[in-house]
Amino acid sequence: MSKKIGDVILDVQNISLRFGGVKALTDISFNVREREIRSIIGPNGAGKSSMLNCINGVYQPQEGSIVFRGQTFSQMNSRQVAEMGIARTFQNLALFKGMSVVDNIMTGRNLRIKSNLFMQAIRNPFGIGGAQREEEQHREFVEHIIDFLEIQAYRKTPVGQLSYGLQKRVDLGRALAMEPKVLLLDEPMAGMNLEEKQDMSRFILDVNDEFGTTVVLIEHDMGVVMDISDRVVVLDYGRKIGDGTPEEVRSNDEVIRAYLGTTN
Amino acid sequence: MIYQENGQLKISYRADQQIFPILQDRWAVLAILALAFAGIPMLADEYLFRAILIPFLILSLAAIGVNILVGYCGQISMGSGAFMAVGAYMAYNAYVRIDAMPLIGALLVGGASATLVGMFFGIPSLRVKGLYLAVATLAAQFFCDWAFLRIGWFTNNSSSGSVSVSNLDVLGWTVSSPLEKYLFCLSFVVVFALIAKNLVRSAIGREWMAIRDMDVAATVIGIRPMYAKLSAFAVSSFIVGVAGALWGFVHLGAWEPSAFSIDRSFQLLFMVIIGGMGSIMGSFFGAAFIVVLPIVLSQLVPALGALVGLSISTAAVSHIEAMVFGALIVWFLIVEPHGLAKLWSTGKQKLRVWPFPH
Amino acid sequence: MAEAPGKRTHWDFNWRSANGFKGGTMAFFLETLLGGLMAGMLYSLVALGFVLIFKASGVFNFAQGAMVLFAALAMARFAEWAPAWFGFESKFLANLIAFALAAALMFVLAWLIERLVLRHLVNQEAATLLMATLGITYFIDGLGQTIFGSDIYRIDVGMPKDPAFVLESVFEGGVLVNLEDVYAACLAALLVALLSLFFQKTVTGRALRAVADDHQAAQSIGIPLNGIWVVVWCVAGIVALVAGIIWGSKLGVQFSLTTVALRALPVIILGGLTSVPGAIIGGLIIGVGEKLSEVYLGPYIGGGIEIWFAYALALVFLLFRPQGLFGEKIIDRV
Repeated sequence: MSKKIGDVILDVQNISLRFGGVKALTDISFNVREREIRSIIGPNGAGKSSMLNCINGVYQPQEGSIVFRGQTFSQMNSRQVAEMGIARTFQNLALFKGMSVVDNIMTGRNLRIKSNLFMQAIRNPFGIGGAQREEEQHREFVEHIIDFLEIQAYRKTPVGQLSYGLQKRVDLGRALAMEPKVLLLDEPMAGMNLEEKQDMSRFILDVNDEFGTTVVLIEHDMGVVMDISDRVVVLDYGRKIGDGTPEEVRSNDEVIRAYLGTTN
Repeated sequence: MIYQENGQLKISYRADQQIFPILQDRWAVLAILALAFAGIPMLADEYLFRAILIPFLILSLAAIGVNILVGYCGQISMGSGAFMAVGAYMAYNAYVRIDAMPLIGALLVGGASATLVGMFFGIPSLRVKGLYLAVATLAAQFFCDWAFLRIGWFTNNSSSGSVSVSNLDVLGWTVSSPLEKYLFCLSFVVVFALIAKNLVRSAIGREWMAIRDMDVAATVIGIRPMYAKLSAFAVSSFIVGVAGALWGFVHLGAWEPSAFSIDRSFQLLFMVIIGGMGSIMGSFFGAAFIVVLPIVLSQLVPALGALVGLSISTAAVSHIEAMVFGALIVWFLIVEPHGLAKLWSTGKQKLRVWPFPH
Repeated sequence: MAEAPGKRTHWDFNWRSANGFKGGTMAFFLETLLGGLMAGMLYSLVALGFVLIFKASGVFNFAQGAMVLFAALAMARFAEWAPAWFGFESKFLANLIAFALAAALMFVLAWLIERLVLRHLVNQEAATLLMATLGITYFIDGLGQTIFGSDIYRIDVGMPKDPAFVLESVFEGGVLVNLEDVYAACLAALLVALLSLFFQKTVTGRALRAVADDHQAAQSIGIPLNGIWVVVWCVAGIVALVAGIIWGSKLGVQFSLTTVALRALPVIILGGLTSVPGAIIGGLIIGVGEKLSEVYLGPYIGGGIEIWFAYALALVFLLFRPQGLFGEKIIDRV
């Protein structure tokens, strides 16, 4: 492993998030370096997904700020986040169920499509207006992703008919289609069997290696986390209780207490 | 066996991205177009044009518009009748008030006005979803009903509240006989169906469906819900508005606000749901079903009554028709909740693998 | 009462203006307000039918208006036919029998709807269910008029028709109140109170609330969904019957009664689709809003605005509170 880890690309500073009286996140700070695999772990309800939602602009934190590539934001706007190159997969499948695999992944290219509504309306096989040509270019890119994820056989299948493991791949494919700088993965291996987990780990490592994509990963499988992460953040009840390399985290007393319970 | 795509290899993405990628489908569509433009004009009589074909074409167009909003973008609208009314009345005003306004220009003005009104009444969709939105769209219906009835300007201060247009001509071609009206509507429907199909299979269509299927995920990949929803309202209302203008100008000739009442809105929704949500083809099926069913019923009910020796009064016939219509709708929804388009694609799938079961 | 009360009828603006009445007085405002509250109570009643069914089965029941008409038709016609069928003269008895028969008919209808329609449409999309209830609407409208006829019928359950004047010591001429409306509002309030008791205190009521909260969880602890749905539709049928009697004795039983349902729709989006108190408060707000707008805004922008005004009111409200007055706020989880 001679991967070159760069400077801080994403810096989360003192984020607090409340829903009414419920504190989901309290004063969370951590940073993510370029090209690293950064895991967020913690028991259920620790606030891991809420953290990603804040980065994504789905939730607006009450306090704190997020610095991405030198720009500081107190609140993120989903559209802006996507434009800046942060992509995301979801814990509970959030695919577009009525659409085929190709169309789902194509939505990841939508930000890059230049032709407007009128050009799309007059789309035609003769290439007049340019919409058709553009569709073909993006389709080509999408086909590379389909090859990479080994889902060629299902490209025209409506995603609702696919197995859970394959749907997770499509979800990843849709995020990859955005050619992200940072990829946020929310429990990509939940509910998978060992083989599927191995496949998914391979995809994540390949993406990280080949495209140099920074990965932020939420995962419950400690084996996977300890194997593939460069650094790990541990959350519990919305607070950060540990941060460091897998070895450091593994030997952190507070982390052990959170996972195994206290013995006073 | 006939309907097999074996050997039809696609060697370019362009070939794979055609509207009808299967050879047999392309032939079938060409055959249908030939029949519609050349065959039917030779075969159909005046009654068929007036009572079935022209209403069918115009309502298909409207159903395509509603389908874009309801079927593709997932925003239930019960105010589509109002957008038809806006199209009809604004086209009328453009035609009557502006000298030398060409017919097609007036129809497009109707569509453009419906677009504006549709986008305005689409604003609540940015805040509310589902059934709340459905009820909110009724505001458009009742407001337009009221406006066209009470505000004299829209009807050119007609004392009876009814407006009429005559002398329809397009570049010297007079659209007066049922056949000419039929061909005029058919051309509109073909052009708009093509445009609609192009939109729903392109980037904007994917945005609409993404918002429909999972709006949070759509937002995260950079789709702006506001743009997606309002563009769906805009495109939908434009098509519905043009259909409304055609309904007034070509089908009715003279009309009152009640031609575009809430019943019309429900009728359009029925077409979309029975035809198949999220299917351009389904819009045609739905329109055919809703246009033909009442005609069949109005023939069948008295005939059946006579068979058992009952003479049924006209009022009773209309009530029994309503009953049967309602029961059929419910039955249909139970049997095939995804609409005729789903039946169609299941049938096609069966045909593809025939004579094997899978 | 003051001079010649017989000549002063409900909402008789001509009488008012002929006597030099000025629209801006406090008494007039109070009259309008009261009239709005009374009308609002009746909207609440119809809205309640919507909310009950939506809560328990997730079905947005467009047929509620048709049920009101159907129930009112049954009531009116049975009251007409009962004396001949059973050979008596008493009007009270006729009304009583008619009420029992109409209620029984509504139960049968509820059972049929559950059995023939809802049971087969479990887990379908909201739009499909909505369309199914629209189909039911056509069916019930047709059925009711086929059986009972389609003329205008009267329901006479002895509601007083005379207006009354109250607070005469405070305002000159007093505040005109329609006694019929007062009775109707009391009846509606009584029904609402009974329903709340039913929901809070009985075992069936508790099961209903459990189903409303979570279908699958309720089913898993052994609450029969189908049975609950029948009960809910029966209750909605009774609510429709009461609404039908009140509206019918006010306006006459005719097809236009079905539009009452359309006018109750803004009430439920204002109050929240799942909230019983919302339906009641929403009804009052819409009732008052309609009357005030008709009286104070109508002269400036033309008559007949009340129906869309109610929708506009509800819409503006929704923009600030998308889940309605008492609806639960939904946090999107991903």
